[in-house]
Order: sequence, then structure tokens, then C-alpha cells
Amino acid sequence: MSLRLQARNLACERDDRWLFRGLDLDIRAGEIVRVEGPNGSGKTTLLKILSGQLADYEGELFWNEQPMRKSRDAFLANLLYLGHAPGVKAALTPLENLAWYQALAGHAPSEKTRMSALEELGLVGFEDVPAAQLSAGQQRRVALARLSLTPRPLWVLDEPFTAIDRDGVAALERRLVEHARRGGCVLVTTHHELTPCAELRRIRLGGGGANAGI
Amino acid sequence: MWAFLNKLRSPKWFYTISARLQPWFWAAALILIVTGSVWGLAFAPADYQQGNSFRIIYVHVPAAFLAQSIFVSLAVTGLVFMVWKIKIADMAATVMAPLGAAMTFVALFSGAVWGVPTWGTWWMWDARLTSMLILLFLYLGVIALRGAFASRDSASRAASVLAMVGVINIPIIKYSVDWWYTLHQPATFTVTGRAAMPMEMWLPLLIMVLGFYCFFIALTLMRTRSEILRRESSKRWVRELAEEAN
Amino acid sequence: MPASEGALGKEEAVVRAEPRGGLAVAVWATLKRDLLLLLRRRSEVLNPLVFFAIVITLFPIGISPDPALLAAIAPGLLWVAALLAALLSLDSLFRADYDDGSLEQLLLTPQPLAMLALAKVAVHWLLTGLPLALMAPVLGIMLALPAGSYLVLAVSLALGSASLSLIGAIGAALTVGLSRGGVLLSLLVLPLYIPVLIFGAGAVQAAIFGDSVLAHLAILGALLALALIFAPLAIAASLRISING
Repeated sequence: MSLRLQARNLACERDDRWLFRGLDLDIRAGEIVRVEGPNGSGKTTLLKILSGQLADYEGELFWNEQPMRKSRDAFLANLLYLGHAPGVKAALTPLENLAWYQALAGHAPSEKTRMSALEELGLVGFEDVPAAQLSAGQQRRVALARLSLTPRPLWVLDEPFTAIDRDGVAALERRLVEHARRGGCVLVTTHHELTPCAELRRIRLGGGGANAGI
Repeated sequence: MWAFLNKLRSPKWFYTISARLQPWFWAAALILIVTGSVWGLAFAPADYQQGNSFRIIYVHVPAAFLAQSIFVSLAVTGLVFMVWKIKIADMAATVMAPLGAAMTFVALFSGAVWGVPTWGTWWMWDARLTSMLILLFLYLGVIALRGAFASRDSASRAASVLAMVGVINIPIIKYSVDWWYTLHQPATFTVTGRAAMPMEMWLPLLIMVLGFYCFFIALTLMRTRSEILRRESSKRWVRELAEEAN
Repeated sequence: MPASEGALGKEEAVVRAEPRGGLAVAVWATLKRDLLLLLRRRSEVLNPLVFFAIVITLFPIGISPDPALLAAIAPGLLWVAALLAALLSLDSLFRADYDDGSLEQLLLTPQPLAMLALAKVAVHWLLTGLPLALMAPVLGIMLALPAGSYLVLAVSLALGSASLSLIGAIGAALTVGLSRGGVLLSLLVLPLYIPVLIFGAGAVQAAIFGDSVLAHLAILGALLALALIFAPLAIAASLRISING
């Protein structure tokens, strides 16, 4: 089964202001879709709607041709969402943080998987240090370790490059491309300019009126 | 039912229809309240135990009825708003909450005044007064929660959930407070059950209750209409309306 | 893509039709995580207990040290003070998760949110309500609580505080998105606490008078059952509202 996330005539009104209107999206496997727009143009809101957190929208969403309202569970089982905040508990170590995410995702607890996920992001040696003692960038890396800890085809990433150093940014970018090439799909907002590649597609928000998916 | 719900989706439809309904409710409220007051205050016989002081019942009981009914309405409109996303329901809930709180206060105040001749004190921890006081706190909670959110959409949802939680709790609170204070008077008035009072006394009371309900409906319609204008002020039909008025 | 090898190589982007199971695993992991978190910050567990003790100390000072008088009001005092102590810690129930973004993640699991929220509430009760219940008899001695009611005091508090945690969590979920939700939380939640207070304190009073306490405890149990059915749904709905605030 391939992956397809569609939105038809999507609109979102927050407190009498249209964030976007008449948005049609068709996101398929093998794509990196970057949502662009100035601050306050509804990028995060769009990502929250597309990741099923916000039910407060007009228009319709489809997951693999099924209406989202009916296939929510199947959709969530295929989704990995990383929000603005990394979702890392300061009082817990990276290993403990990841253990919770592993269990939430329905995976069997496995320290080996967790260690290799941390290793990939260069966090070896920090796995037993409480996250409060890690830098903001390292905490973000703990969150990003979930990308390989709990493999999911659809990634929705809200500003994943925040606080990450230059090498980390390059590695993450490669990681996104690779995921798309393997048949995954990435939906991302970022202020960081992504290196153009065949998989990359842009959606522009802003202006409050009708938008066109490019 | 579905057709009606669909019509309710249009604030404009509600605005038009309520303009036609409103005068009838005002008229009914006026007639019923005037009749009920005159009858109850001047012509109904005095109570053989409490004398004339019992007449405050003609304000106390309708206010208490309304106080409880409005909270139930808050929960119903909240449910309608959450399930069918009908904005009118939320606008009505917004204007009804302060009305309900005011009615609860009237019931409490009249109860306190009634307490002076009856119990010789302004306040007794009587079961019904205590329930009423808790109801006032529930109202204040709903109003405060709605006011605390920056986003109106979230405020509406939160207030709806709280009203629904509250309405499930009201019978439990009432039952437990009654249990806690079992020495209260028997309920004064039930619509369906046998009235403990002679007819000359409870008939004006019934009229007053109906009058209060009409007054509440008329006032809610009026305030919902202005809430519609406030929230929809950027919509075209409201602007056209304003131009016509000019 | 030269830079990523190793574990990555085995990964496949396969779309699954059905969610993975494992509600029990998720609930258990959430329980374990929250317990661990609270045990790492022991002061958060101890604060309500200390608060309980201090408030109970205030009453003899403010009213009178007369044992007869204190004994008469002890059941109510202990219950009210325990209730306020439990309320004190409610504000932080979802706040930390909200601030660091794990609440969003909790909302996005394929598991029912109500059950996961229930796990969090259970931890709150285990580390607040239950310790308060165990501590209450000691404070009862200080208030000259008549003998024979100590066990009932602890049992009624243990049972009642579970309802309090559940009802309070609704308020905590509603106010978690507000920067200053603490006072508002008390305003929302305290009126809803009244039935539990009535039957909880009533149970202790009944024990003092030598009446049967089973009826009271049964009603407390019934209230808990009701709360267990309805509260998780209300908490889940409220969390979804707050996350969008």
C-alpha cells in the first residue's frame, strides 16, 4: 500500500480570521513537502491539522483515499510528529525518554534499538545523563532519535532544525531525502533553506485568502 | 429536527426569526409578571404561619427555577456547539451564563430576605440555599473560564465542557446537600406533583414562573442578537444591515 | 546519501493499515514514567503533605486548643485540609507535559487518550491522595479525633481522594493552556468536590457516633465509579481543547 495524504478545499478560521482558505493538497510517498510562509501565516496550524491534532477546520482530509475522520487510527499508526517543543522530559535520561516513546508507539521495549537510535544522532555517552543537563541542540537530537526508533512512513516535522548545529542540519537534511527516496514522506516547516532536490516541493501560505499548492 | 439544526447554522436566519419572536415573548413576560405580582402580592391569602412574608416566594421560587434551568440550557447549548459546531448555540451560551448567575443571585438574595422573618437571620445553611450558593459558584466558574482564554474558539469549547461536567454534578450536589441537611422544608412547588399550597396561592406562583421564563427567553433572544452582530460584524449581511440603518 | 548507514539501512517506509496494539504497554509505560518523574522530584510529592500538616496546625492556633471543641470539628477539618492539599498539586498534573511538548505526543498516539490520561491521574492519586490518607490519622491524633474513627478516616480519604484526583484532572486539563490557571482551577473544581466532602466527612462523623459507615463508604465508592466512567472522557476532551488554545 502506498501513502497518500490529501486535503480538499481546506480552510481554517481562528477567531474570525482566515489563516488559509481553499487549500488543496495531494501529498504522496517519496515527497518532501515544505510549508512556507511568514510568521503567523498558519504553518504550525496547518501541520497540526494535517497531523490530526486539530479538528477545527473546514474542508476534507483523506488518508489513503479514506476520509480522515474514519481512518484516524490507521493514520496515527503511520505518523511521526515532532512539534515546536521537543517533548523531552528534563528529569529523565535520553534512554528513559525514548523508552516511553517506544512504548507509546506500540513497540517492544528494546534498549539496543534505543542505543542505536541515540548513536546515530551522536548522543553516545549522554544516554544516562538527565536531559536537563543537555544543551537545547542535544535535547532536539533526543527528539529526532525517534525518527529511527519508531519507523513511520509519514513524518510531520515542525521546525526540526531548531537549535541544531551545522553538521547536524546537514545530516538531518540527508536523512529527510533518504526517507523520501525509500518511499516515505516528509512534511516540514523550517526557516532553514533546504537544498533543492527532486523530492522537494513547496507550499506557500500567507495572505489570508486563497492559496495555491505549487 | 435536522432541518432546524441546519437553519440554526445561519446566524442571519436566527437574527431574522428572533426579531419576529422577540416582541411576543416580551409581551407575554410583561402580562404574566404583572398579573402574577398583583395577584400574588395583593390578592392571594396570607400564609397562616408566615403571614405576609411568604409572598417573597413569588420572586424566590421563579428565580430559583430559572437559575437551574439556565444551567441546564448552558450544557445543552454547549453540547450542540461541540457536536454540531453551531455557533448560535455558543453565542446563546455566552449571554445566558451571566443571566443565570444573576438569577441565582436573585434567588439567594430573596432567600436571605425571606430568612429574616422566618428564621430570624439573614443566612441559614439551609439545603436549598446551600445548593443555590454552590450553583452560583458553578456559574462563576463557567464565566471565569470563558474569560480566561485568549482564543474565543477555545474559550467556547472549554466553557461547554465545564457546563456539561457541571450539569452531571448538579443532581449529585443537590442530593448530597439535601442529605447533609435533612431538616429542610419540603419542596414548595412541583409542576407535576401535588401542590402543598391552596390553589389561590400556587396559581399566581405558576403565572410568575411562566412570566420569568418568557422574560428570560426574550432577554436571551435580545442579547444573542447583539452578540451575533458583534461576532459577525465583518460579514457582509451585517454591514448591509448597518448601511440600511444609516 | 553517504552519511547514513547502520541501523538506517534496515528501515523501510511501509504503510500499515492497522495500528499496532499495545494499549496495556502504553498505559504501563506512562504510569512508570510519571512515577519515575515524581520520585525524581520528591519535593513535589512532599509539599502537599507538609501543607496538610501546616494547615491542620493552624486550626488549634486560630480557634482553640480545647480538645473537646477540636474533636467535634476534627472530621471536617481533616477532610477540608486534605482536599485543599490534593488541589494544590493538581495544577502541575499536565503542565509539565504541556510545556515540554510531550502532551502533544500523548494526543497523537493511536491509543485512546482517555486511558493514558487515566494513567496520569492514577499516579497523581498514588503519590498525593494515598499518602494524604495514610498521614491523616497522625494529624487526627493532634486534633483529638475520637478513637474508633481512625481507620474510617484513612479509608474514606483514600477512596474519596481518588474521585478528587479524577474530577480535579478535568479542571487541570481545562486550564493547562492558561498561563495563570492555578486560582481558576480551584474555582472550577472546588464546587464539584462538595459531594465527596459531604460523604467523606460524613463517614468519619458516623464512625465517631458509632453509626454504620458502610453506607457512606458505599456512596463514596459510587461517586468514584461515576468519576471513573465520565472523568477520563472529559479530561481527554479538555486536553484536546487546551492543546489548541
